[in-house]
Amino acid sequence: MTFFGHFEIWLSAFLVLSLFSFLYKDNPFYKMAEHIFAGLSAGYYVGLIWQAVIIQQLVNPMFDQGHWWLVFPGILGALMFARFFSKWSWISRISLAFVIGNTAGVFLISQLHGFVLPQVVSTMISLNPAQGFAATLSALVIVIGVISTLIYFYFSKEHTGILGGTAKVGIWFIMISFGAHFGYTVMGRISLLIGQVQFLLFDWGGSIKQIF
Amino acid sequence: MRTTLPVAVAFLSGLIMVVGFFMNPEKTFFGNVEEEVLQWVTIVGGFTLLLGVVSIVRVNSRVVSQKRKDWIYNLATLISVFAMAIPAIMPISSDSNFGSIFYSIFPESWSFLFGTGTYSIYDWLFNYMDSPMMATMFAMLAFYIASAAYRAFRARNAEATLLLLTAVLVMLWRIPMGEAFLRIFSDSLPGYINTYVMSGVNVAVQRGIIIGAALGAASMSLRILLGIERTYMGKG
Repeated sequence: MTFFGHFEIWLSAFLVLSLFSFLYKDNPFYKMAEHIFAGLSAGYYVGLIWQAVIIQQLVNPMFDQGHWWLVFPGILGALMFARFFSKWSWISRISLAFVIGNTAGVFLISQLHGFVLPQVVSTMISLNPAQGFAATLSALVIVIGVISTLIYFYFSKEHTGILGGTAKVGIWFIMISFGAHFGYTVMGRISLLIGQVQFLLFDWGGSIKQIF
Repeated sequence: MRTTLPVAVAFLSGLIMVVGFFMNPEKTFFGNVEEEVLQWVTIVGGFTLLLGVVSIVRVNSRVVSQKRKDWIYNLATLISVFAMAIPAIMPISSDSNFGSIFYSIFPESWSFLFGTGTYSIYDWLFNYMDSPMMATMFAMLAFYIASAAYRAFRARNAEATLLLLTAVLVMLWRIPMGEAFLRIFSDSLPGYINTYVMSGVNVAVQRGIIIGAALGAASMSLRILLGIERTYMGKG
């Protein structure tokens, strides 16, 4: 391995260990790594937006393809920075309103067309026992689960009587689902931890072995 | 003016998207406008993210210039932002006006260091600094999740017991050793967890939550379009 290769591994290992040091207690190494991480992440977005949006969607189409009308979103975008001048900060609302209004328009359709209707359609499944016990039980779990979960989140009427009973079933379903999600998330984080420990053991450990 | 104009802009830009959805983008004016407006929103949205970065730079540079407590950490943030951002926005060839000026100062053989491509400074910083730290940050959550689980997973009532049991079963099911352990009780147990917990109860609850959240998002969108919801404008 080259000197630069070793340097790359040692730098990554130093940052990883600095972050892990927080598990003991807050310390200057953790604080430094945390601030570097915040800065790099912000810088990462600058690079990403600059290349993928400003250059590819604004500058290149405007100057190479003659799409002069893109100057308007460019101005709207620049108006965002009016926020930093208290006297003119209200102007940035126009750009913000453009983005928010547009997103609301997209959401209004996409949420109903892309989520509500397909999910409702998928829930309208056959409960006919002729399809076999296992299939009917699975279908029942889905139908009862969806209805009881929706009823649990329905707060316009007090949860008493049939509504209260169904909401109670909803809580059981929700608890099982949250438990499953929790278990899944834990396993995901553990696998990331294993990855980082493997990096320290094999990559950094290998580098230490080679050097010393 | 300060409130009415933004509300009108929000209504019009939203209306274009709603009407445009029902139009053919190639054959109708509105459909075509919808496509164009989507590109406009990407551009303005890009600027909003840049605004966030500028804000980070402003806040941190203020702390550094006033040498407030622990200003050295804020300096580290500033250096990191610039180290990542400046090489990324530099031209990668001398084709453009800026590129020709830039490469009259620096040798063109250095061009691979700039931009966001492979072997660039941006790419190197991402691979050897940002990415390992991101993975570590998420990996550290394993410890905090374990500590949260210790506090939350007490079988105090039926619901908490249900949560505890499902989480334990799913965690066991996800690893080969755990699956082997579950098979001691029944060979079908891992299959049942998959069918009735993950693809059954979990899907049903997620579906219920998605339907509820989507209806909420759609109604909030309508409130924004009609100008009832104006909190995004802030005060003043």
